[in-house]
Amino acid sequence: MIRKVRSHPSQNEALLFEMSSPGKVGYQLPPLDVPGVDPAGALGAERVRAEIENFPEVSEVDVIRHFTRLSTWNYAIDLGLYPLGSCTMKYNPRVNEAVARTDGLMWIHPYQPDALAQGALAILAELERVLIEITGMDAVTLQPAAGAHGELTGILLVRAVLEAQGNMRRKVIVPDSAHGTNPSTVHTAGYEVVNVASNDRGMLDVDALERMVDEDVAAIMITNPNTLGVFEENIARVAEIFHAKGALVYMDGANMNALAGISRPGDYGIDLMHLNLHKTFSTPHGGGGPGSGPVAVKKQFEPFLPLPRLRRATSGWSWDYDRPKSIGRVRAFYGNFGVLVRALAYLMAHGGDGLRRATQDALLNANYLRKLLEPHYKIAYNAPSMHECVFSNPSTSAIAKRLIDYGFHPYTVSFPLIVHGAMMIEPTETESKQELDLFADALISIAKECDENPDLVLKAPYSTRTAKVDEVAAARKPILKWKG
Amino acid sequence: MLDTIGAPALEDLYAHLPESVRFAGSLNIPPGRSEYEIIDYFRARGSENIHARANFLGAGVYHHYRPVLVDTVVSRGEFLTSYTPYQAEISQGTLTAIFEFQTMICQLTGMDVANASMYDGSTAVPEAAMMAMRITGRSGIAVARTVHPEYREVLSTYTRHQGISVSEFEYDVQSGQVDLESLDQAMNENTAAVIIQSPNFFGMVENTKLIAEIVHARGALLVFVFSEAVSLGLLEPPRDADIVAGELQSFAIAPSYGGPFAGVLAAKEQYVRQIPGRLVGETKDTNGNRAFCLTLATREQHIRREKATSNICTNQALIALMATVFMAVYGKQGLRELAEQNLAKSHYLGERLWRRFNGPYFNEFVAVTGPRSVEEINGRLQSLQIVGGLPLDRFYPELGNSVLLCCTEMSRRADMDAVAEAFGA
Repeated sequence: MIRKVRSHPSQNEALLFEMSSPGKVGYQLPPLDVPGVDPAGALGAERVRAEIENFPEVSEVDVIRHFTRLSTWNYAIDLGLYPLGSCTMKYNPRVNEAVARTDGLMWIHPYQPDALAQGALAILAELERVLIEITGMDAVTLQPAAGAHGELTGILLVRAVLEAQGNMRRKVIVPDSAHGTNPSTVHTAGYEVVNVASNDRGMLDVDALERMVDEDVAAIMITNPNTLGVFEENIARVAEIFHAKGALVYMDGANMNALAGISRPGDYGIDLMHLNLHKTFSTPHGGGGPGSGPVAVKKQFEPFLPLPRLRRATSGWSWDYDRPKSIGRVRAFYGNFGVLVRALAYLMAHGGDGLRRATQDALLNANYLRKLLEPHYKIAYNAPSMHECVFSNPSTSAIAKRLIDYGFHPYTVSFPLIVHGAMMIEPTETESKQELDLFADALISIAKECDENPDLVLKAPYSTRTAKVDEVAAARKPILKWKG
Repeated sequence: MLDTIGAPALEDLYAHLPESVRFAGSLNIPPGRSEYEIIDYFRARGSENIHARANFLGAGVYHHYRPVLVDTVVSRGEFLTSYTPYQAEISQGTLTAIFEFQTMICQLTGMDVANASMYDGSTAVPEAAMMAMRITGRSGIAVARTVHPEYREVLSTYTRHQGISVSEFEYDVQSGQVDLESLDQAMNENTAAVIIQSPNFFGMVENTKLIAEIVHARGALLVFVFSEAVSLGLLEPPRDADIVAGELQSFAIAPSYGGPFAGVLAAKEQYVRQIPGRLVGETKDTNGNRAFCLTLATREQHIRREKATSNICTNQALIALMATVFMAVYGKQGLRELAEQNLAKSHYLGERLWRRFNGPYFNEFVAVTGPRSVEEINGRLQSLQIVGGLPLDRFYPELGNSVLLCCTEMSRRADMDAVAEAFGA
């Protein structure tokens, strides 16, 4: 039985271009307080465009209705559980949005002199300090714009440290359970990817790694907890093995929501790692971004961190550009400042004990769901779950679509690739028992439907305003813009 | 819930972790604070930054008015708190808006295809360069020194370990535009792409068409970079370029000390399969209704892993939505008028100061100081709560006594007069 939702009408809406009518406007500009300038005269007629062909012409009311109507076609955390595994879709506190829009933070220019931006620099310094504390590392750069950008920064740092030792190496080892960004990053950083299979428990295969690591291996990238939601219990041993061969250990911190406050990677041999502030520290995903992917490192990497670095002097905070060993700039300016502000607000709201409690609750929710679902679905690997659990079912795609009819966003489908028909479920700590029970009931009910009426599940969803979308046709003959 | 699980206490949920990896201590982070205390903290930090009545800094980040509708729309939880739209049936809102975004970026730039956004302008540039290398099979990049200096630094970081050689070419000291002779010398048979920016870092509008002819004659691609998107409301679109990499901060994205912004990557139709990042395409649902979905995912890292066109995963969707709402609010007529106001304001101030270059400029220009030093001028302005221009010798040692000034629709006449007075003009 579907308990969470019933249907309600949603409005049809044309594209902006189809709503346009000539001469309609939605903007206001004050009258010019200086003489007008003839564009053709100032720039040369050949540099001035006639018009922006087909650009929208709509009113202010048209705009607000258009985007409000579109918004109602989305599912969102604000509507309910969003159990995408490895994505950490937790509640996004609104105070974070409020503080990011503080005038004195929102309207400051990155090139205003450091003396006129002391408040911004103090925020960044405090966030660096807190992230160092959480990871057990020695230094952090806040510049990377997202997780994959942090990975790239990290692997460039690996390269810089090894090359400074005169230690040119060619390969980076990536487990087959890793996110696709890992191998892609390694390639972008100019290294060769060596894939390594997980063992029959879905974990790092210590023996295989020991055989593989040689003087040509620069590093290993380890996601911990791994994409099965299982803590890599041999991680400290693996770090020892790699260090003994002069190789480094990078940790993909995408799943840090399982560790904050209970386990610090810097304490057990991890050399460097990135964090996803848009996962662990609640900054909104916004339909795909913006994110932020700070990289935390051990001391030996510090001289190589991206330009510029924060520096404390008696006169206050300033940016240090005189860093000859730095890997250079990974982006303009200093990072996604607005996202960093939100993350610090989250960390302040929790405090040290609150962070540990949030982690415990994330583990509680994941293990509770696992317990409720285990009688009905096959757990992929029978190891203790941390913040997420992965089941295996050949009908994972269909079950996911059927979940939509029950009022939920699906879990992560068919990932990690090492599980046949993966159903990867991460509830996060911000869900109540009521919501988790509704979700478990839905999946249990669907399991029954799979047995009794598989066709019903196969053709889902039924309740959405848009029926099943033909993604194959979209790729076969791509239409990537409105053509009138 | 613990009973259901069969665990006596929360700590038992991770009791299986080896002792060596468990953190037994207490994090040195002050106890959780209330909403009011948090707001108070950030207000206090905000007040430690200058709250200027006017700001004449540009250089890739511009003070433009943000229509109220923009935050109204992006604050809706359905946009703010949704994930990347993998599940098309319940993500049509985001998908439709991105499709509109892609369309408007094409209309503005004259390109055929635009992706769903990059991190920012600076990282779009190396992605465009890598794309050009895949297309041409060549490995040299020639970049104008008038491309934003920090974009060039990012290009260098990205390309260093990929066997890519990057050379730079000069600007003409009279016009402040690309020096065509220097451009010609910087190219060879291995040049995959030439990268120019317009308006360039000095605010000068380039001869894109002419440069494109020169570049194409050598079998290389032209990558056109923009950092001031408002200029596209007035300037001829770079339809002669092959790839466009840009920054949308000007479209209702607050300066916010440098981010988050949104980058653009657009290209000619034939290069669509080499574009990095997400693309939204039109299709139909099983009822035959128009629908949208993410498409051509075989370019991307989650499918192709090390063979992907880029490692990018997260993009700047919500920021791109800000730009989308901005473009809808201003529309065809408004973006033109906005650009014309920027032109008028910058020329009001620019014509009163001694300009370093004589080429055509949009809303930024390089002013040469007279009797007073840059420090003295900016100090005088600061006492009026005005942030002056950017001293250029920071990036161009040869340009001493030079200040990059930007005027937008938000620059008041009285404040521009104050700038002219501070220069002693």
